[in-house]
Amino acid sequence: METAFTPFASFGGGLLIGLAAVLLMLGLGRIFGATGILSGLIFPERCPEFAWRATLVLGMVMAPGLIFLATGAWPALDVPVSPLIIAIGGVIVGLGASFGSGCTSGHGVCGLSRLSLRSLVAVPTFMATAAITVFVIRHVIGA
Amino acid sequence: MMKLIYAWATGLVFGLGIAISGMMNPAKVLNFFDIADTWDLSLAFVMGGAVAVTFIGYRLVWRRATPLFEDRFQVPNSNVIDARLVGGSALFGIGWGIAGFCPGAAIPALGMGRWEVALFLGAVGLGLALARILKGQSILPRSASA
Repeated sequence: METAFTPFASFGGGLLIGLAAVLLMLGLGRIFGATGILSGLIFPERCPEFAWRATLVLGMVMAPGLIFLATGAWPALDVPVSPLIIAIGGVIVGLGASFGSGCTSGHGVCGLSRLSLRSLVAVPTFMATAAITVFVIRHVIGA
Repeated sequence: MMKLIYAWATGLVFGLGIAISGMMNPAKVLNFFDIADTWDLSLAFVMGGAVAVTFIGYRLVWRRATPLFEDRFQVPNSNVIDARLVGGSALFGIGWGIAGFCPGAAIPALGMGRWEVALFLGAVGLGLALARILKGQSILPRSASA
């Protein structure tokens, strides 16, 4: 399935993602790691920590609706894989992000920006294994 | 209360960025990795824009003594490169390449009201719980460590 090359929208969206990471550091002194925030909601430790994570996630979830209200169209979301594949991928993502201490936002955006040595190792690692996985699934197995 | 509203607004900015960038579209994410066929380079622009702002913004913010709503910055300071980091990251990439979603993209995508997103995030939760069990951490509500 082809998707359109969208350099301007993607760069603009990236600027907003970066702005959010900076705002969280400015306000709460925290890294914007989506998996860590999600994990903090599922396995809450202390109530004040739970509350800001909950409102942060609420803001995140409201974004597509706001775009619909502003433009009359929902953002594109095409899922080219089966439910079983989504579920398997999700479990592996959860395991990997937990053991690797981060995901695309935590290591990718925040870690690279901090020049964290761990993130400088983690990001090329997960980019490489993602590319290999897509190649194997689409062009070796041929799914 | 101001802190909670601030966190909400921060989440909204992040979600808008994810939605506008195309990150929440698994077809686009998977095509970014499919260099051999339907390659779509867009996501490199997402990462470039996000890192450029964060790289500069963090350094401006760290000129302050404290954050606005907390008494200190909580930034990881470990430099340990071990099998857990590399293996976990490798596994994360495999899962990302299988499903086309990552957590930061899927959370805002939940607002689209699509069951595939809920299924993915439920599975991520299961993976996080499995990892906690494997690490010997509690998955009960009153757990002690992060």
